[in-house]
Amino acid sequence: MPSISDPVTQFYNCRVLRGHALVEDSLYMQGGKIVDPARVFWDERRRPDVRIDCKGGIVSPGFIDVQINGAYGYDFSNDTAEIEDAVRNVSRGLLLQGCTAYCPTTVSSRPDVYRTVLPHLGPRAGSVENGAAVLGAHVEGPFISPHKKGAHELATLRTAARGLADFDACYGLENLRRHAAYVTVAPEVEGVLDAIPELIAATGVGVALGHTNATTDVVTRAHAGGAGMVTHLFNAMHAFHQRDPGLVGLLGSAGPRPFYGIICDGVHVHPHSVRIAYYAHPEGACLVTDAMSAQSLPNGRYKIGEMDVDVHGGHAYIQGTDTFAGSTATLAECVRNFIKFTGASQVEALENATLHPAQMLGIADRKGTLEHGADADVLILDAGLHVQRVFIGGVEATPDNVHVSEKKLPVS
Amino acid sequence: MRLVIRDNAATVADYVAEYIKERILQFEPSAERPFVIGLPTGSSPIGVYKRLVAYHRDGILSFKHVVTFNMDEYVGLPRDHPESYHSFMWEHLFKHVDIPPESVNILDGNAADLQAECERYEAKIASYGGIELFLGGIGPDGHIAFNEPGSSLQSRTRVKTLAYETIIANARFFGGDVSKVPKLALTVGVGTVMDAREVVVIITGASKAIALAKCIEEGVNHMWTVSAIQTHPRSLIACDDDATLELHVKTVRYFKSIEQVQDEMIGRENLGLYGQVAGPLRYTVIPSGN
Repeated sequence: MPSISDPVTQFYNCRVLRGHALVEDSLYMQGGKIVDPARVFWDERRRPDVRIDCKGGIVSPGFIDVQINGAYGYDFSNDTAEIEDAVRNVSRGLLLQGCTAYCPTTVSSRPDVYRTVLPHLGPRAGSVENGAAVLGAHVEGPFISPHKKGAHELATLRTAARGLADFDACYGLENLRRHAAYVTVAPEVEGVLDAIPELIAATGVGVALGHTNATTDVVTRAHAGGAGMVTHLFNAMHAFHQRDPGLVGLLGSAGPRPFYGIICDGVHVHPHSVRIAYYAHPEGACLVTDAMSAQSLPNGRYKIGEMDVDVHGGHAYIQGTDTFAGSTATLAECVRNFIKFTGASQVEALENATLHPAQMLGIADRKGTLEHGADADVLILDAGLHVQRVFIGGVEATPDNVHVSEKKLPVS
Repeated sequence: MRLVIRDNAATVADYVAEYIKERILQFEPSAERPFVIGLPTGSSPIGVYKRLVAYHRDGILSFKHVVTFNMDEYVGLPRDHPESYHSFMWEHLFKHVDIPPESVNILDGNAADLQAECERYEAKIASYGGIELFLGGIGPDGHIAFNEPGSSLQSRTRVKTLAYETIIANARFFGGDVSKVPKLALTVGVGTVMDAREVVVIITGASKAIALAKCIEEGVNHMWTVSAIQTHPRSLIACDDDATLELHVKTVRYFKSIEQVQDEMIGRENLGLYGQVAGPLRYTVIPSGN
């Protein structure tokens, strides 16, 4: 809670994203939280100590990326020995990009990788020192379909014939409980569908569906069992078919519908498909980058998990194939692309990168919102939604106080 | 009393905002000698506040040395309730301007001892040497602040029970639920308002037409509490055409003719803020005399 002695900062000359609208208002923060300016005025009887002129820009909550495999040369699944460096530098780099909170994402890996890596991917607060807040890992695979493995290594994939015990053997349930935000599974993989409710009950993690060939019937049951999200919609799932629309079809359900991540780099999903998905289920959209280690770096040879990846033309492919291996986009680019693709309003685009991912993770009381009491993770954007200034926990992050070291990559 | 008639509510707001701005600027307020103003809530002043905020935004007007006293507040309504007058003033004026929080005075409807709160308020006003200008609006029954019909014209700040009609009228702000409308309010008295060195009242819309006629064309009467303005040495009513519907044609013509004479025969440049001739006449256009 903010203390009365903390300085009060006011953003003014801006349009603030609040209550599903951009409103001409000012925003106050104190002690790392968004505060009610009326309370400051009436209770503390004071005016802002610091005033920030937003020059007519938009004030938005910081972006939240719930799916990112790495950046700046680091890969969360591959850099097991340097995982602390990976988290530190990716967190700092993302912060400067305007992404103030994220879920570091691991591709399907062998159990020892989870034991090594997950303890470093658990929740940690954001700050100028730490970089973007870590919301817990997104553990993608290995309980996924070999037919829709994407850039995941076939040899690592597993089934769950023994139910929860297999999840425990793979990740360590305690490891999940403490460090993971959510896991992506394919419900048709043996044992997975029945284990979903138990997994949630035992660990409290969220469950997303992805890398799956499952039928409509199976994904509907998985959703009813608690799987509340779809991982990178359209990618690594069977195509929409009118008689069995599969996982994509969940967006057309008359009942409760899942949140869905969607990659808006312009190549993973065709703009038409983005538009169809969005207008089918606008409240569920979560923009994700699915970025990999080459994000913010030049073309060249990189890693995702154990797989070699070639990045050319700004796109990442499994070496020697045309299979995508994640993107190199930033979330801010995805937000701008999204408007281009769908004609949605700025409010809608911004909420897809702020409010919706926060709701998906159940943290919308403090992240992804500028309501009073929320964390003061704030962006100032220009009219074209380019990030101008970034604040985390009420402190401005700039290249002067946030230092990012790219991973030294071997020359290939 | 002056009656200034404008075409509609927007031009009335233009006039009143400009007037208040000029009053504050000409007063040249300072830390030792602040401009003390009484302020209303309700629909009438919203346009005025909007324009005052614009003056502030454009660097024309500062509230650094302005002290405000609001007219009234509900009893028992949480301060942060959207319908509280604290919230109203915050939203429409205070959040937008540079007024120091300690210069803002609003009755505390949640005070443990309401009577003591009212006495404290009067004493606070007195400590500033009284109010320089009290801005007000009126209700359809001619009430000013919560001084409803029958209130003593000598009344001071006190606890008032709201008239049933007021409660019903206000229900629209509380989800149409009469039971949610506060039944008590703290309000300055008619005497408190009339003690100000100047009183400015905004009256717009056909629904206020009878009240306007009762307040200025008939006698001073506690059933139409704004009529007390008739005995005030420096008072101004700003109304729109719609609000004059119940006035005699003669009344309207009289007040319009005064402005006409001022405009056409004396010239605005020769007039002070109160309509007084400011000095030796300096004509830009020589009046023809017809």
